[in-house]
Formats: sequence, structure tokens, C-alpha cells
Amino acid sequence: MIKNLIKLAKRKKPADWLRFLLTWTSALAAIAILLYIVGFILVKGIPHIELSLFSTTYTVENQSLFPALVTTLVMVAMTLLIAVPFGVFSAIYLVEYANRGSKIVRLIRMTTEIIAGIPSIVFGLFGYIFFATWLGWGKSLLAGCFTLAIMILPLIMRTTEESLKSIPDSYREGSFSLGAGKLRTVWRITLPSAAPGIFAGIILAVGRIVGETAALMFTIGNVIQLPNNLFSQGRTLALHVYQLSTTGLYVDKAYATTVILLVVVLFINYLSSAVERRFLQKLR
Amino acid sequence: MLKLTEKFMRIIFLIAAMASVLAVIFICVFLFSQGLPTIFRIGVFEFLLGDRWAPTAAEPLFGILPMILGSLYVTAGAILLGVPIGIFTAVFMARMCPPWLYRLIKPAFNLMAGIPSVVYGFFGLMVIVPLIFDWYGSRFDMMSGNTMLAASVLLGIMILPTVINIAETNIRAVPQELYEGAVALGASHERAVFKVILPAAKSGVMAAVVLGVGRAIGETMAVRMVAGNQVAMRMPHEFLYGVRTLTTNIIIEMGYVEHGSIHYGALIATGVVLFVFILIINLLFTAINHDKKEKSKRQKQNHGETSV
Repeated sequence: MIKNLIKLAKRKKPADWLRFLLTWTSALAAIAILLYIVGFILVKGIPHIELSLFSTTYTVENQSLFPALVTTLVMVAMTLLIAVPFGVFSAIYLVEYANRGSKIVRLIRMTTEIIAGIPSIVFGLFGYIFFATWLGWGKSLLAGCFTLAIMILPLIMRTTEESLKSIPDSYREGSFSLGAGKLRTVWRITLPSAAPGIFAGIILAVGRIVGETAALMFTIGNVIQLPNNLFSQGRTLALHVYQLSTTGLYVDKAYATTVILLVVVLFINYLSSAVERRFLQKLR
Repeated sequence: MLKLTEKFMRIIFLIAAMASVLAVIFICVFLFSQGLPTIFRIGVFEFLLGDRWAPTAAEPLFGILPMILGSLYVTAGAILLGVPIGIFTAVFMARMCPPWLYRLIKPAFNLMAGIPSVVYGFFGLMVIVPLIFDWYGSRFDMMSGNTMLAASVLLGIMILPTVINIAETNIRAVPQELYEGAVALGASHERAVFKVILPAAKSGVMAAVVLGVGRAIGETMAVRMVAGNQVAMRMPHEFLYGVRTLTTNIIIEMGYVEHGSIHYGALIATGVVLFVFILIINLLFTAINHDKKEKSKRQKQNHGETSV
């Protein structure tokens, strides 16, 4: 081992040594920062996780995260209900129906890219102006989930497109040659084969919904309560973390709640990549 | 009957596909129709180049130059701190990393991309801000560590996964022949990577940086938590003072603004300015990508000719 290192050291010129060190230290620094962030939150937060954090009522003495957790779940379900059909259907149109390179495809692609680049605060602003004010929904779960649905649309479209594209054409040709029509082929052959890939994209979108704050602040309100109906206000877990950490009064609770948020989001992201890996392996 | 269903579903798919177009139209129409009139009412120059923002004063002033500069400063700081580390890490991931290490750190960077901005913000508030206060607080008579520097450092960290992932993909896309040619001519591995591969991936790396800029300029919550948010004209060397960006201006004042007032309009107009910034960055990104495609096409053609 040491002999090898010495041999290595002799072989490199100083300039190469510099390049070698630059890349290694940069990568190690990047990893160290990541580990530090996650480690810091976990170490500081885990001791403060108590059962009372999950009590069903929120009081001034006990800032339970339960209402926020329920609101988050409701938001995820509602947002997906809106965004998934639109995202999957438009990907089907782009991959299976449209002529590649036609004007309409170019337009759709351009607008999707624009949406993907818009910062979440601009979505929040738009959601407030349009859904909450112009449509008169007020700050509500409904306004919030429509805002988020637009935000995650490009993500679902892109992942669905990629999964559909990765299905070999021989699948489709086989189906056509057996006499199935286009729609039947899409519905029975292409879509089911691509389902795990699409699913991975949807999970990734869930991660974004759970972690979002700026787009929600002025669209769903910031009231901590269990969701009653579509037009009630609420506060998601991420907003709850923001509120706790900026008031500066409940630092322990803030740490504990951040741990819960971080673990949930990291788990969701891990799940997404695991599903995607399985999907790609199966295709091979 | 079957034909009819086919046609019907085709139209359904097309309608769904138009959702994104519709969304962009709606976003543009509603932001611009509410923002632009306010800009003209205040005066284009007074709004964009005015250096005083006093929306609740007896004679209110709406100049967003401090915020525009604030956004540019923290983004520039983030680029200065994050991009070198990001690019070198991308080079490492694409060309230097032993496979066993790659299997460990690649998923880690993917996870890093998924961490919510409030978590980054909370980390910044609890670690970076106190650290800056400890280092400089007594020397410069600071009130707190919530500064331009804190925001830049935090954003520099937050853009790392974006820069690393995009740059790595583009460095990997450089044809292996270039590397082999360089090594065959006697270049060492490191020399070949830095002098041949990296220049060949230049436009791809630029695209990664541009995306990082987009992410940094649009970030709201994390910046809100660490930047101090004072409205004041700052110079770049005043990085130990608090600063307010375009994004945080919206998030802070939307909470208490009187609906329909000129202040409300000015906040939407701030959003419009931010939106235009992002559109410009998008255009830049598309232009770079386009350039890249052209170049690789040309390379392929040349390659074909020489091999014939």
C-alpha cells in the first residue's frame, strides 16, 4: 500500500499533483458539507423528538406537528390528483401521438422548460393573484394545491416522457401486429410497461410538494389546523418548520420538526431512485 | 365506434398537453397585467433605478435597485464560492472517482438536491450565521450574523448539487477518443482531463453554471432566513451587512400589504422583474445548449470525414 503510494507520488508531476488534489479536496469538501448538514440536524433534533410532538391538538405550550402532517398528506394527494393526469396525458401525447419537431410540440416543450425554471416564489405570487384573489378561492388548500400542481407539472411530464421513450418500439409493433389500435396499445402495453418509471417521477414530485414553502405561504395561508374542507386554510410541515425556526421561541421543537421533515423528504427521494433503478434493470 | 374513441382520446391527450402552454400564458398575463401598470404609475426609472424603498412612508417611495443589486450580489457570491467546488467535484465524479466511491457519493449528491430549502435555511440560521458573528462580530461591530456573506455561503452550498450533476453529465458526454488521443500523445491522466476533456465540455459546464445562477437568484426561504433583509444600497465590499433580494422583498411584505394598493402592485412588479430575470437566464441556457448541439453535430461530421 505505502509502496504503491510512493510510486504514485514519484510518477506525477507537480502540476498533475495540483490537479489531483484540487479535484479530490473539492469532492471531499462537497461530501463533508452534505454530511455535516444532515448530521447536524439529526444530532440536534433527534433528542427532542417526543411523543407530544405528534399529539392531535396544537397548543401554545405544545407545538404539535400533527395538524401540519395531516395537511401535508392532504396537499400531496390533492396536488397529485390534479397534476398526474395532466402530466401523464401530455407526455403520452408528446411521445406517442405528436410528430416530433412539429410546431405544437416545440411550443409545449418551450413552455414546460419555462415552468421548470420559474422560482417557487413566483408561483406563490401567481397563485395568490389568480387562484386566491381572481377566482375568489381565498387562501385555501385548493388554491395551494393548484399552484403546486402547475409547479410539478414539468417534472411529471419529463419523467413520464423518458419512461415512455425507454420502452422499445418492438413492444408497440408487436401490439399493432396483433391488431390492437393505437389507444389500446398505449393503454395496455406502453403505459403499464412504463408505469414504474412514471411512478418514480411521481414520488420525486411528492418530495418537492412536501419540501415546498415559498409557493404555499400566500396560497394556503399559514393557519395551523386540521383540514376541514377544500377552502380551509392550513400549514404544511415545511411551512411549520419555517414558522418555528424564524420565531426563535421554540428552537428545540424546530430542530425536532426539521428532523421529521428531512427524514420524510430523504426517504421519499431514496424511494424514487430505488424504483427507477429497478425499472431500468427490468428493461435491460 | 372504436375509431371515435381513438379520436376522442387523442383530443383529450392534446388538451392535457396544452395545460403547460395555458399555465405559462396565465402566469404571464396575470403577473404582467397587474405588475406593469404599477411600474408605469411609479415610473420605469424610478422603479428600477430608484434607491429608496419606503412603501409605508407618508410619501411612499418604490425603488427596487437595492433589491436588484442584492439579488445580484448574493448570486455572484454563491457562484464565486459554489462553482469552483462544483466543477472540480464534477470532474472528479466523471473522470477521477474510483467506482466504489462513486457508488457511495453519487446517491448522496442526488439526496442533497432533494433537501428542502427551509432545511438549508434552518441550517444556515443555526450554523453559518452564528459562525460569521463569532468571527467578525466584535471586529466589525456587527448586530448579527445575518449578512450578505451568510446568504452567499448558503446559496453556494445549495447550488452544488445542480452544478455537479449537470456538469458531470456533460463532462461524461465528451467522446472518449479525445481523452485517448491526449494520452497517446503522452499526456498524463490529469493533464488529459484538464487540458482536453474539460475544454471540450466547456459549453456544458457553462450550462450547469447558468442553471446554478437560476437556482440562486430564485431562492427565497433560505435567503430570507439568513440575509438580514434590510433595505439599503450596498456595495459589493459590504458583504458583512444585511441585504434584501427581490425574492425576499415579496415574501416579507406580501404578508401585510394592503390589497389593491400601489404597494401591492409594486410587490407584484418585483415579481415581474424577477420573472424577466429568470426568462433571460432560460434564454441563455437554451442558447448555450443549442450551441452545444451544433458543435457536437459538427464534431461528428468531421469525425466521419476523417475516418472515411
